[in-house]
Amino acid sequence: MSTEVAEKEVVKEAVPKEPLFSAKNKRLLTDPLNDDNPITVQVLGICSALAITVQVQQAVVMSLSVLFVMLFGNMIISMLRNTIPSRIRIIVQLVVVASLVILVNELLKAFLPDISEKLSVFVGLIITNCIIMGRFEAYAMGNKVFPSALDGIGNAIGYAWILVAVAVVREIFGSGAISFPGLGQVKFIPQSFFEAGYMNNNLMILPPMALITVGVIIWIQRSKNKKLIEEN
Amino acid sequence: MKALENLLDKIKPSFEKGGKFEKFYPVYDALETFAFVPDHTTSKGAHIRDAIDLKRTMFMVIVAMVPALLFGIYNTGYQHFTALGMDASFGEMVGFGLWKVLPLIIVSYGVGLGVEFIFCIIKGHAINEGFLVSGMLIPLIMPMDIPLWMVAVATAFAVLIGKEVFGGTGMNIVNVALTARAFLFFAYPTKMSGNKVWVNTDGGTAVDGYTGETLLSQAIEQGAAFTDITGKLYGSIDDSFMASFLGFIPGSIGETSTLAILIGAVILLATGIASWRIILSGLIGGAVMGLIFNFIGPAYFPDNLYLQVPWWHQLVMGGFMFGVVFMATDPVTAAQTERGKIIYGFLIGLLAILIRVVNPAYPEGIMMAILFMNVMAPTIDHYVVQANINKRLKRLKTA
Repeated sequence: MSTEVAEKEVVKEAVPKEPLFSAKNKRLLTDPLNDDNPITVQVLGICSALAITVQVQQAVVMSLSVLFVMLFGNMIISMLRNTIPSRIRIIVQLVVVASLVILVNELLKAFLPDISEKLSVFVGLIITNCIIMGRFEAYAMGNKVFPSALDGIGNAIGYAWILVAVAVVREIFGSGAISFPGLGQVKFIPQSFFEAGYMNNNLMILPPMALITVGVIIWIQRSKNKKLIEEN
Repeated sequence: MKALENLLDKIKPSFEKGGKFEKFYPVYDALETFAFVPDHTTSKGAHIRDAIDLKRTMFMVIVAMVPALLFGIYNTGYQHFTALGMDASFGEMVGFGLWKVLPLIIVSYGVGLGVEFIFCIIKGHAINEGFLVSGMLIPLIMPMDIPLWMVAVATAFAVLIGKEVFGGTGMNIVNVALTARAFLFFAYPTKMSGNKVWVNTDGGTAVDGYTGETLLSQAIEQGAAFTDITGKLYGSIDDSFMASFLGFIPGSIGETSTLAILIGAVILLATGIASWRIILSGLIGGAVMGLIFNFIGPAYFPDNLYLQVPWWHQLVMGGFMFGVVFMATDPVTAAQTERGKIIYGFLIGLLAILIRVVNPAYPEGIMMAILFMNVMAPTIDHYVVQANINKRLKRLKTA
């Protein structure tokens, strides 16, 4: 494998070398944040966005897990891209994701047992997270290692910010407070509100509200971002 | 009226294009067309002209809801004073009811129309009158003690997420008022269900035996052996049927009196606004499910007394009648084809009784049934139209 990568670089010697953070590479990082967001524009990975956004902690840990899997998965697939026969590529991709996910899962169980328990099957389900397979297919299979790594990071961050934004809304209105590791619960809605008759919104804890929150984010994004306005 | 017309004509120029308040034209337009038949004419294509436009239609529905509203106001007071064991005059009961119900109506209209006005001004649409009916339906399907801020939140949610995101009046997929109720039901269950929310017992101690249970929650435990609000057993099933038919039972404000709702139904049917197919097939659907339960209940599930509540009694309990008459017939969210309407109404009735009896966690099955069928209505229409196409194709082939 390594020899092949080396050969490729020799062939490409004639082309002027691209700077490490060229405009094109930068866009790999920034596009998924807004214009090409995996959740709000590509509509991938919705399932986990609905399931684990009840608490901000869970959303952050999930995002970090996805970041890890995406980064290394994209890099590994990109390195292997010329040796993978295209007819069995999905299986190869699955093997790569699965091993990375098992790694993440064991790490979480060892160091963050509480959160690991709350995330339960959803860490395992990163395997089926459409963003990951989608990026492998769409990007890593056809691009070099470094851009693939950037693409992985960009998409994972694009996924992460939506997840955290949804989780913040849901936890504040669903529980009135956000729990941080080490700090305990930080109240966002003052006690006086509760005394005046305010109540936590139970619907926020149920998955439908996550869907609606994501929908509202998409709505705001589309009305602000000219590129996403569809003509019909 | 003439003075109002003159006033509106006088201030018109400042709202038109180039005028001072150009941005607020939708507000002006809404007021003008609300008071007077608009002079808008169609600019292209052939249209059927009808004097009864959307605002007039909506107004007729509100008129049809008035009996249920009036009885709800009276019943709120009646339940309150009966639960406390106090003697009160008719006037006191109505006064208490008004004090509880009017704020709900004001909040519902204020918030709903506010959201709608803001939306229309931003988007430059004409303000549609769709909310006139929803604004009245929302208070009628609430328990009378619901905190006002919850009504405000639910109304705003329903208008925004239930209607405006789909494109406003006429484009919504699910019934707006039921969206508000479903929102509250899941968001604040302690204020929307249980035994404490249906009757106000402030300012005194409730009489012995008072539980505050609606017939729906009584039926889960004791079947058709219903008690009235003071815990006294009804003399016979006919007595409890009569009480629920007339509406002297605890429940959401507008839903208790089947009689008042039927008066509304007559108004809706006489003016041709509601579809008789939906109402009739809804009632039949509920009756069929009730009958099925009556037959299989004693034989297979003798422990579940709910199954043995007579089918005709099922129809007057809870919000079944209110839902079938006022919510299921919403022309926007119902099925559009005539045959589709029959299927749609029948399934609403069937599902409402099914959910109510089989799942005690959702005593108000009609809400779920209507929301579910709202979502299914386009599918029903699709298959009805497809069936018609297939039938005609076959005829074409044989000919």
